[in-house]
Amino acid sequence: MSPLVLRSFTATSAIGRGLAATLASLHARRSGLAPCRFETVSLDTAVGEVAGVDAVALPGELAEFECRNNRLAWLALAQDGFTEAVAESAARHGRRRVGVFLGTSTSGILETELAYRRRDPRSGALPEGFSYRGAHNTFSLAAFTQRALHLEGPAAVISCACSSSAKVFASARRAIEAGVIDAAVVGGVDSLCLTTLHGFHALQLVAPRPCRPFDVTRDGLSIGEAAAFALLERAGDAVDADAVLLVGTGESSDAWHMSAPPPDGRGARAAMLKALAAAGLEPHEIGYINFHGTGTPSNDAAEGLAVASVLGKDVPGSSTKGATGHTLGAAGALEAVICALALEAGLMPAGINTTQVDPALPVNYLRENRSAKLARVMSNSFGFGGSNCSLILARAG
Amino acid sequence: MSALQACIEGIGVLGPGLPDWPSTARVLQGASPWQPAPVVLPAPGCLPSAERRRTGTVVRLTLAVGLEAARRAGVDPAQLPTVFTSSGGDGQNCHEICEVLATAERELSPTRFHNSVHNAPAGYWGIATGATAAANSLCAHDASFGAGLLEALCQVAVDHTPVLLIAYDASYPEPMRSVRPIPDAFGVALLLAPGANGPSLARLELAWSEAPADRMADAALESLRASIPAARSLPLLAQLARAVPGRVLIDYLDGACIALEVSACR
Repeated sequence: MSPLVLRSFTATSAIGRGLAATLASLHARRSGLAPCRFETVSLDTAVGEVAGVDAVALPGELAEFECRNNRLAWLALAQDGFTEAVAESAARHGRRRVGVFLGTSTSGILETELAYRRRDPRSGALPEGFSYRGAHNTFSLAAFTQRALHLEGPAAVISCACSSSAKVFASARRAIEAGVIDAAVVGGVDSLCLTTLHGFHALQLVAPRPCRPFDVTRDGLSIGEAAAFALLERAGDAVDADAVLLVGTGESSDAWHMSAPPPDGRGARAAMLKALAAAGLEPHEIGYINFHGTGTPSNDAAEGLAVASVLGKDVPGSSTKGATGHTLGAAGALEAVICALALEAGLMPAGINTTQVDPALPVNYLRENRSAKLARVMSNSFGFGGSNCSLILARAG
Repeated sequence: MSALQACIEGIGVLGPGLPDWPSTARVLQGASPWQPAPVVLPAPGCLPSAERRRTGTVVRLTLAVGLEAARRAGVDPAQLPTVFTSSGGDGQNCHEICEVLATAERELSPTRFHNSVHNAPAGYWGIATGATAAANSLCAHDASFGAGLLEALCQVAVDHTPVLLIAYDASYPEPMRSVRPIPDAFGVALLLAPGANGPSLARLELAWSEAPADRMADAALESLRASIPAARSLPLLAQLARAVPGRVLIDYLDGACIALEVSACR
């Protein structure tokens, strides 16, 4: 594929609002996971909640999009000059030439969950003011973001569970390469809601304490919330040496089970191999891998085998979900942004919370931060329905 | 921009009173009248029994239309990347989750939860067919058909691969039905390929337009088109049914239409 430059990027999660706070947390090995106090949820688990989301006020012209998910998106769009960078890109290319491709798994479902508690006792009707299009519908996030950024090009939400916002990079890449657009806002936003907290609990996949990916006694995931965005443009020739590029994307399907990977991780393996092929890279050229690493026993086992079979046992890697929690439909974009920070800062972030790496997993799992000049890094994202996506990011020079 | 184009190698349709593509084509040609009747969903015989029990309308609908398109093209579905697109996904399942979460106990079924992901039909499709290529699942509210078509055409153009597009929608039960009144289920599948490998039905070339989308001349069919997002494909299907060259405008996002130049595939 032709490389794309991340002209601007930003992330807001439980470890920080914007890039500086996120990087500071990574350097300090700080986790944003805390005992769950969300809404009326009384599950024995830790969550990565973003502080202050409910205090965010959407401007009046975006009022129809009011919901926690879009408030979190609005909060993130205001960081790191991202909105300004998009405006500059739209001025250069035209508003219709900038696409919007965003991932979410649950969109504004929290509003619907709360509305179902307030149904009319006689008719069963939802309360006045319930906004299907603005909050509930899966597309709400992209409609909101497109309107907030004054863009008029193609737009879609990609909703493939926890691979959603990795796959948006691949769709945007194709649309740019096909000449449909010149730039794309990609990213992912997922916010805490009852469906995912109770749903993962029902599947017995939620850890009682902050998650410990790749630990020998790992016992499940911790749910988090995040919003992460990147502005993609053709790299061309005029790119700074320290710019971050998207150089490879790879997608595959497990064709195996709705909520568990095949034990040998063959779907994950296929996605990584496709990303390497798209980038024209050999496995040894990957300097760090950000694992999907949810912390469930079977996910980490399958991913460990898959990564070892593609990149070998020695490539340093970590899951940053011990810090951020599993941000589901936002995880792909959040971890792509963390990879971009890793490239810029020369930092391989530690996988925190993990105390004893599972000796059965053939991986070089980092429990301490490591400083190193990184040239190319990989990020894995896998989701329910057997949806897999791997991304490769690189420094331009 | 270079033109996005593809050959259509197979079509599958399932909707109210529209049991498959040949019957739909006859209705759209005006050769037989449309007699609306609730959608009849075939049993998903290609799924293992454990999975079969867990499936609802949207999985059965997407399997039916996707397999019909692949069968008519004579292509093994296991070899195809897929693009699924839907405005609302599985509305029945979503409703049942929200009902449970509104109770004191909140005892959510694990199956309900994993079926709640928008890409559940893509997951079951993989299990049923063994397809391990990329599967995408999109949503663009009322523009979902157009968004899925655009994604599929980009894959055809950039990845030089055939792609199976599956657009579908199903109705919500109350109380969601009142705020999103989708009257019945409708699914359409198009097998799109970079060039004609065999007996292609037609060629599509995409452009943009600010003119309003085409409507169906028949009032009942126009009502179907307007009320189910996946049925926004009907003007294209009508053009394909008539098997004549022409330009079709289908709904996309506010203020834009997708213009499709339909011609013979050589």
